[in-house]
Amino acid sequence: MNWLWSNLDLVGELIIVHLALSVPAIILSFVVSVPIGWLAHRYRWSRGVLLSLCALLYAIPSLALFIALPAFTGLSLRSPVNLVIALTLYGIAVIVRTAADAFDAVERDVLQSATAVGYSATGRFWGVELPLAGPVLLSGLRVVIVSTVSLATVGAVIGVQSLGSLFTDGFQRGIQVEIVTGIVATIALALLLDWLAVLAGRVLMPWTRAGATRGRASRASGSPARLAAQGEGS
Amino acid sequence: MNLFVDALAWLTDPANWTGAGSIPQRIIEHLWISAVVLVIAAAIALPLGGVIGHTGRGREPAVMVSGGLRALPTLGVLTLFALWLGIGLQAPVIALVILAIPPLLAGAYAGFESVDRRTVDAARAVGMREVQIVGKVELPLSLPIVVGGIRSATLQIIATATLAAYVSDFGLGRFIFAGLKTRDYGEMLGGSLLVIILALVVDGGFALTQRLAVPAGVRAARTAENTELRSGPTRPRAVVGRPIIEGNQE
Repeated sequence: MNWLWSNLDLVGELIIVHLALSVPAIILSFVVSVPIGWLAHRYRWSRGVLLSLCALLYAIPSLALFIALPAFTGLSLRSPVNLVIALTLYGIAVIVRTAADAFDAVERDVLQSATAVGYSATGRFWGVELPLAGPVLLSGLRVVIVSTVSLATVGAVIGVQSLGSLFTDGFQRGIQVEIVTGIVATIALALLLDWLAVLAGRVLMPWTRAGATRGRASRASGSPARLAAQGEGS
Repeated sequence: MNLFVDALAWLTDPANWTGAGSIPQRIIEHLWISAVVLVIAAAIALPLGGVIGHTGRGREPAVMVSGGLRALPTLGVLTLFALWLGIGLQAPVIALVILAIPPLLAGAYAGFESVDRRTVDAARAVGMREVQIVGKVELPLSLPIVVGGIRSATLQIIATATLAAYVSDFGLGRFIFAGLKTRDYGEMLGGSLLVIILALVVDGGFALTQRLAVPAGVRAARTAENTELRSGPTRPRAVVGRPIIEGNQE
């Protein structure tokens, strides 16, 4: 335990570095995946191609991707940007599929109703389709949050600093506490970000809580709550 | 593109294809360890998942374990076990088994759960014994999802086995770590390409198996009406580690 007390600064610093690697990758992959997922949902011909590409990407072992990527990008192997790109690619591989499923789950009738009451195509996407796909999108995001935070530690073996540096350093110097600290910190960080995502989901999609308070949901007819209930049923 | 020339030069160098630590030897090591780990992990996780899916008991802990272990950093587990058990094959094998159990468990119980309860009740009503229900009804119907779990576990094993070369002298990961040490990018990239090809070939094999695993009766019955009826799972399904490609995606 002595190691931990005398190295709290280092752990704190690595947590910040780890966040700087994983948070951009998580956000980027989400922002890129939603439109791709929508394309896969909207155009049947693109679905097979896009989803197969994602499955292929996901099958590539992380260490191999970290090393192969600089050959395409021209970046240095030890560049954090290289790692962020690789993590983003894995994130995309996961979310695109979930996003396609999320948009699939939005009922056609609901969309047609939205059009009938006068939504424009873009208004319908932002006001109806995206919010209704939200809960499933969130579940995909949560998977990516946890796996990205965990995967970022692998960068340590190619020399990109993160909480994973505690593993490589602890292994080389034979300090078990250091490795255990790294594992606990990584899991804690993943759970913290996951919790933040759930919280953000509650704030942005208040109707998803309506299931727990039935009375309010039935009163608020015409609110997204009803649409959500229908959307989720399929 | 110079880097790829280096990698190609390394890959085609005859010296790398013979003797101790040659490419074929490393490939066989990699596949051998992966297979051993898969068999051990499957022997533990598949029956357990089947029992959980069949009885519906112990579902909560199983969801927590299979979801929670996803956050476990593989490198941390590998290095920790290597410190405990020393630099042999034991440490990576145990670490790999632990990491392979969640997707296998999730695949097994999600598969068994996905079987329509009405089908199981019908089987019971026509007089099938529990063993028959499991073996002749639930297992065949859940097979595509179970194979999906095996597929994602296998990919995870192959990927982590690469990383395990950091703590132990085996597998294709050795080329990557040897290249890192000597700053030989050709060897690193060559090794990485071999790992990628290996993973994609194995994954392709599983994709095919998964397609074949759909029972003929199910394939025939998949009319539009039918899929509509059973589109919603009776109970929320566990998240399986990777997208599952079912036979009906076209």
